[in-house]
Amino acid sequence: MASLITCPHCGSRPKEEFSIRGEVRSRPEPAAPFETWYRYVYVRDNPKGRQKEYWHHVLGCRRWLVVERDTLTHEVYGVTDAAAYRASEVKEAAE
Amino acid sequence: MRYSALSIIRNAFSGNRDWQPAWREPEPKPHYDVIIVGGGGHGLSTAYYLAKEFGITNVAVLEKSYIGSGNVGRNTTIIRSNYVLEGNEPFYELSLKLWEGLEQDFNFNAMVSQRGIINLFHDDAGRDHYARRGNSMMIHGVEAALLSRDEVKALVPYLNYNHARFPVMGALYQKRAGTVRHDAVAWGYARGADMRGVDIIQNCEVTGIRRDATGKVTGVETSRGFIGCNKLALAAAGNTSTVGQMAGLELPIESHVLQAFVSEGLKPVIHHVLTYGGGHFYISQSDKGGLVFGASLDFFGSYAQHGNLATVEETIEEGVSLIPGLSRSRVLRSWGGVMDMSMDGSPIIDRTGIENLYLNCGWCYGGFKATPASGFCFAHLIAKGVSHEVSRFMRLDRFERGYAIDEAGKGPQPNLH
Repeated sequence: MASLITCPHCGSRPKEEFSIRGEVRSRPEPAAPFETWYRYVYVRDNPKGRQKEYWHHVLGCRRWLVVERDTLTHEVYGVTDAAAYRASEVKEAAE
Repeated sequence: MRYSALSIIRNAFSGNRDWQPAWREPEPKPHYDVIIVGGGGHGLSTAYYLAKEFGITNVAVLEKSYIGSGNVGRNTTIIRSNYVLEGNEPFYELSLKLWEGLEQDFNFNAMVSQRGIINLFHDDAGRDHYARRGNSMMIHGVEAALLSRDEVKALVPYLNYNHARFPVMGALYQKRAGTVRHDAVAWGYARGADMRGVDIIQNCEVTGIRRDATGKVTGVETSRGFIGCNKLALAAAGNTSTVGQMAGLELPIESHVLQAFVSEGLKPVIHHVLTYGGGHFYISQSDKGGLVFGASLDFFGSYAQHGNLATVEETIEEGVSLIPGLSRSRVLRSWGGVMDMSMDGSPIIDRTGIENLYLNCGWCYGGFKATPASGFCFAHLIAKGVSHEVSRFMRLDRFERGYAIDEAGKGPQPNLH
């Protein structure tokens, strides 16, 4: 169960301290085509199983986090700071 | 066999040994005119109206588990038509009208009880909102009343009228709203469809959608082999994305879990459907005496048919703060249903970009009340190829075109709808 989330800054905290944004999707460039923006805003993969999500630690450090979680079993696999996640993603893309 | 008072008496004299099963358990045929994926309320009502209203009887309903195992057996049984928007209100009013005649129509006791819904408001903004909602209902020819605090008190004297944070200021009242025995809805539609020749195939999970070289759907792969069809209709509720992916559909849907609760059986105490404007709490009392209630989603995406305890606590806190007397009753059961939350909180009844593939989804946590109209409009679309007048706004491409039906004004954030 996703009752406890291990925040990289605050440690193990109850999930009620967090606000959930949803699936991690990379934000398109401002000038990206309409179709790309439509898919970013409205379309979801909605997998039954592993999913990376944006969670906001509203009642804690107020950092945005990336929580990797199973939508069927509610098991949490890992939590990273969203900025660190983005940096590693950009680095991977460059390599 | 038609059910009637006479049939009950006749069967009583023969020791109730002659009752027949309400529907057959047929083997799947190799090919159907229409296959409906999902034997929930909407799938069954679609099959029923296809057969009854549109004369299409070579139909199969494929259900991965048993009839009534999903959300149609997991909801809080409320029916109402108190919406604001043009895209919603006429649709839900058609649904309520169908509920009113349903038991005679499908010859099954669904225990439709029009006990009225009382939507409480607790501040000026809440009153303005409900006044607007009531006006919108009346514009669409639906009766509504705005009750003062004293009128509410006369109807439901047991509320906490000294609430410091959310004082009861009044309510929007729809007298024709109420509750229905949810399992009976599934059984009644299943029986009615079966009587007209529809094959209801339980324990038959769809594992793939077969398409020909032109992209047209030709049938489905299932746990019981390939079944061919002319038209494929998806009514898979919380599993819509999973089934849609089999045909490569990309959908504006997130699956979330919503919990509901029932207390021990009590003497009649709550005579209406009540909703709390200070939170999301709603409650009614079943004919068996159990208090049936619920509140918000668990807020994270989920395919699990159970939720977590923090939401249980929040729901019951809201309930007790509104109805202090609840604190002495005990909760018997809680359960969760997987909701196909759409990006604007409103449903989709439409064709897809794929030939022969039809879609019914996005019911969020309001699908039960829509069961008759959803089936009627979906059957209309499948049979005639055009949307029914009242579901014409419920298009799949409305987000792309900028015509979202956002009743709550929350934007594309499904866990807030």
